[in-house]
Amino acid sequence: MFKNFMSWIEYRMPFMEKMNLHVMQYPAPKNFNFWYFFGSLAMLVLVNQILTGIWLTMNFVPSAEGAFASVEYIMRDVEYGWLLRYMHSTGASAFFVVVYLHMLRGMMYGSYQKPRELLWIFGMLIFLVLMAEAFMGYLLPWGQMSFWGAQVIISIFGVIPVIGDDLTLWIRGDYVISGATLNRFFALHVIALPLVLVVLVFLHIIALHEVGSNNPDGIDVKRENNGEKIENNVSDKFTFHQYFTKGGKKIIVDAIPFHPYYTVKDIVGVVGFLFIFCFVIFFAPEGGGYFLEPPNFEPANPMKTPDHIAPVWYFTPFYAILRAVPDQLLGAVFMFLAIVFLALLPWLDRCPVRSVRYRSTLHKVNLVNFCISFVALGVLGVLPATPTYTLLAQIFSFTYFAYFGLLWFYSKNEKTKPLPVRLS
Amino acid sequence: MIKKLFTVLALVASSAAMAAGPTVPLDKAPIDLTDKESLQRGARIFQNYCLGCHQMEYQRYSRTFRDLGIPDDIGMETLGFTANKVGDHIKNAAPKADLANWFGAAPPDLSNVARVRGPDWLYTYMRSFYADPTRPFGVNNEVFPMVGMPHVLQELQGIPYKATETRLVDGVSTEVYVGIKTDGSGELSTEEYDSTVADLVNYLEYVGEPSKLESRSLGIKVLIFLGIFFIFAFLLKKEYWRDVH
Repeated sequence: MFKNFMSWIEYRMPFMEKMNLHVMQYPAPKNFNFWYFFGSLAMLVLVNQILTGIWLTMNFVPSAEGAFASVEYIMRDVEYGWLLRYMHSTGASAFFVVVYLHMLRGMMYGSYQKPRELLWIFGMLIFLVLMAEAFMGYLLPWGQMSFWGAQVIISIFGVIPVIGDDLTLWIRGDYVISGATLNRFFALHVIALPLVLVVLVFLHIIALHEVGSNNPDGIDVKRENNGEKIENNVSDKFTFHQYFTKGGKKIIVDAIPFHPYYTVKDIVGVVGFLFIFCFVIFFAPEGGGYFLEPPNFEPANPMKTPDHIAPVWYFTPFYAILRAVPDQLLGAVFMFLAIVFLALLPWLDRCPVRSVRYRSTLHKVNLVNFCISFVALGVLGVLPATPTYTLLAQIFSFTYFAYFGLLWFYSKNEKTKPLPVRLS
Repeated sequence: MIKKLFTVLALVASSAAMAAGPTVPLDKAPIDLTDKESLQRGARIFQNYCLGCHQMEYQRYSRTFRDLGIPDDIGMETLGFTANKVGDHIKNAAPKADLANWFGAAPPDLSNVARVRGPDWLYTYMRSFYADPTRPFGVNNEVFPMVGMPHVLQELQGIPYKATETRLVDGVSTEVYVGIKTDGSGELSTEEYDSTVADLVNYLEYVGEPSKLESRSLGIKVLIFLGIFFIFAFLLKKEYWRDVH
């Protein structure tokens, strides 16, 4: 009965064929480590955001008069409204945690290198859309930080010569942030950007499955089949989709089917992640004042500027770069470049070896430099811009950009270690 | 190089701790959300002393009664001064524009005040009024200098003043500030007053996030479930991966 039903479907739509291609017979390198959880976790958080978002939308009132009160209504009067809201607000921060770690994984193992450039570019586009999505979402509760944070970030566009002022006016739909801004941000946050995000994630995965997953050793698991027998090849035990073996022209080495091996492994990662995620939701939903900032429990008041305006933590590394540059326009340019350079990594890194495991000490030190600079900028972006902090932000902005410059410089003739023949 | 960077980072972290926070050291508020009697006393203080000017416009009477274990009819009789129905929000009838004129600024809504300020700030603030004849209501506040709010709990605390003592400092007798004391004209002793303020802050903390206790009890169950699930997920993974290793 079920078999008949499935073949009825299959005849009209290649359901099992596509499932096999992308899940059951997709060859994934057998040596994925901890760092490979974050892709599936990002997907989980996306689903969490969409589902909790739908239910929040049912009670949210997108107007300057009603927004703040409706969030309080959700928190106090809607059954489990507080849980939905905390899942959504914590989810926003969790999204950036897992995406930043996912990006760092790509940098560590050279996953952006040829032939995965387009995959990386799709990832960067997802990151950009995610930032816009989070920024617009943060305006919706209509608290003091929502209002003033948005004020600061939109004013960044005002430094663009000639069109700057008109551009900010166009974004806000008003001379100041107002109900008009709130309504359009709501539309973009709940429909436009999520749609774009889902499409980009789809393309990201299609591109991934075309070129195949990289791995911690950074060597290929698909090789030309020259008839040679490969010893102890775990892949011999499994069937892979002929799309990947090109009808026998390619041989799969040290890879295993994504399902069930990585689905069961990802479940372990998901449960571990949910443990931390739920701890925050139930016991520390404000995230120490970084996920939900205390001034945001006060309704937006255009007449009262908070003592200290800081964007939410996930924007602060870029915000610190913006503030570190004395000239406003140049600051905005550098902030933009901070993201552009990340997107250009596939072309800045000219080393034929992908994984940090087999690259030079200089590269390892440089990567540590990048991580420290990024975190330090993140911390500085939260703090008020005192002269000392500004100086520190300038130093770390320099070391942040130095990562890319140095990488381009040394990667061409880098002293690398010999690559292993097989996955470790 | 890396060592230097870490030193700089440590510097940033330590100065971050100093940069934030108010100028007056805050006392730790002895609050306990599971103490329903304290919450009920706090609600009574709020209704009697605060509601005249401040509202809790997002909190309903019925929610307070339910969470504090007060039957609706008793609640309406003893606390529901401004309620027509038990589902009404905790509001007053004072016109906002007038309030703003009288006090210089409209008294803020107190539904979320504990989340904006934190309980320690509130606890210290309510115990930091002192007599200052230069101010319109004769009082100023150490935590919130030049605040427009009068000392509404004065009948309980008495008239507080900045007390000084004559002490020998380096052989010279000097007037040293030793904190805020009361003239003893209030209904309560200092300890009783502190405990009353603690009850009020406890109630404000509760109203800031009425779901907090429910959240904690549900959270423990969820974490236990995930802990057990983790064991099974791990064993399942191990079982499958025997094919690979």
